[in-house]
Amino acid sequence: MDPAAPTRRHLLGTVAGIGVMPAPSTRGDTAERPKTAAGPSPDNTIVLLINGEPMTLPLAPDTTLLDALREQTALKGTKKGCDMGACGACTVLIDGQRVLSCLTLAVRCEGKAIQTIEGLAEGDTLHPVQAAFVAHDGMQCGYCTPGQIMSAVALINEGHATSDDEIREWMSGNICRCGAYPNIVAAVREAAQEGRKG
Amino acid sequence: MQSFSMIRPDTPARAASSWQRGDAFIAGGTDLLQLIKNDVETPRRVIDLERLNLRQIAVSDGDLEVGALSRMAEVAGHPAVRDGWKMVSRALLTSASPQIRNMGTIGGNLLQRTRCMYFRDTGFACNKRQPGSGCPAIGGENRELAIFGGSENCIATHPSDLPVALLALDAELDLVAPGGGRRRIRLADFYCLPRDTPHKETVLRPGELIAAVHVPGGPVARNSTYLKVRDRTSFAFALCSAAVGLDVDDGVIRDARVAVGGVAPTPWRLPHAEEVLRGRRLDLATLEAAAERAVDGAVEAGENDFKIELTRRTVLRALRAVADQENL
Repeated sequence: MDPAAPTRRHLLGTVAGIGVMPAPSTRGDTAERPKTAAGPSPDNTIVLLINGEPMTLPLAPDTTLLDALREQTALKGTKKGCDMGACGACTVLIDGQRVLSCLTLAVRCEGKAIQTIEGLAEGDTLHPVQAAFVAHDGMQCGYCTPGQIMSAVALINEGHATSDDEIREWMSGNICRCGAYPNIVAAVREAAQEGRKG
Repeated sequence: MQSFSMIRPDTPARAASSWQRGDAFIAGGTDLLQLIKNDVETPRRVIDLERLNLRQIAVSDGDLEVGALSRMAEVAGHPAVRDGWKMVSRALLTSASPQIRNMGTIGGNLLQRTRCMYFRDTGFACNKRQPGSGCPAIGGENRELAIFGGSENCIATHPSDLPVALLALDAELDLVAPGGGRRRIRLADFYCLPRDTPHKETVLRPGELIAAVHVPGGPVARNSTYLKVRDRTSFAFALCSAAVGLDVDDGVIRDARVAVGGVAPTPWRLPHAEEVLRGRRLDLATLEAAAERAVDGAVEAGENDFKIELTRRTVLRALRAVADQENL
């Protein structure tokens, strides 16, 4: 790589190195794993159904779904914010329910349907919630946006988008440090109304 | 972070029997994985409880029975719970975030570890994490910590909302031991005060599991609420919370339940406040008199002094809310 023309990924990696971004996963290292304990070996491959597509992945028992998605598939849309369940950036749907992929062990997802932000659009046609976020400018830096959208899709399906107050309460697991909340609420409200019409 | 292996037993008895020192049970995983990432827990092996058939939500003979692996969201939204055990539903709905409520289990929520930041940060001493190492919270940053039930060794608070409501309603727990033996205990006897052993938080024996929760029904469960005061409107732990229930007949309080959360190392029942209420006419003076007794025995640790007045007011507001909501 030409050092004079760093890629975005290279820049992000540099930032991670100085500790501003969440620390990179070290879980690819298998040397420290207990070798005598019972249970799946680190080399066990498991099939995960991600966005309708079966993916065979070598998964250690301690790999989170978030790290499996980001490090072992090409699906980097799901974001690592706090990695501790406090921010919602890693929200995905499992069997239609919104969960935090940073606090989910990947091996426990075998046989379940995982949906990520990459699984929403149909070809070039955005999902109605994605389109509403674009129309209402429901983002600033965009880092929390995949989690916000996955949470909003679930919230609308749950029937928890009948008022702005209800949307705020049921979106409270998704933090936006830019403070784009008014536009996020507007986007969710419109997508919910469109859904009811449709 | 400690690497671990995993086993996946399929019955409660097998799960309990397979437990060895150094293992951790995993149910929803929302707290355990945080503790492992923080190196507070360092299991070599986790025992996955997901395949255990403990997810029932049923009402029989007027009692609510909830399997320990039922998710917080499904119990909170269950029509029978919403109608007949309002404080239980409210306690769950004000817990955590929608995502975490879809993951977290009833048994796991009862066993959530304290959010005391000294406990969660291995850079500090902590008598709960390392017995005898000291408690920097006493005399340190203790705004969130206990005004009831602490000791000179620990003033951590229990972080969960659900057990506050369960304590108020005299709930009981079914436990399964290695070998498959079962026992039933009162939730009131489940948690331990810190005293000289803050690392011992419950009466669970090695390998023992919570299998189910039983919650008596009736007027105090139905005419009830759970009020939670937080630093922000949603998705935060309680600074103070109150679970209250009233049984009122012809303007006279026949039974009253008051428990508070976020202010003690365990969910905290307020028998003095309940005594004031029982047998008295339901009016504002009675409720105010009960709230005055709510903070009997409270001790501040410095930064948490505001919790004493906050607890009094939270209890009063919760009592008034139930009286208004039920037109008592």
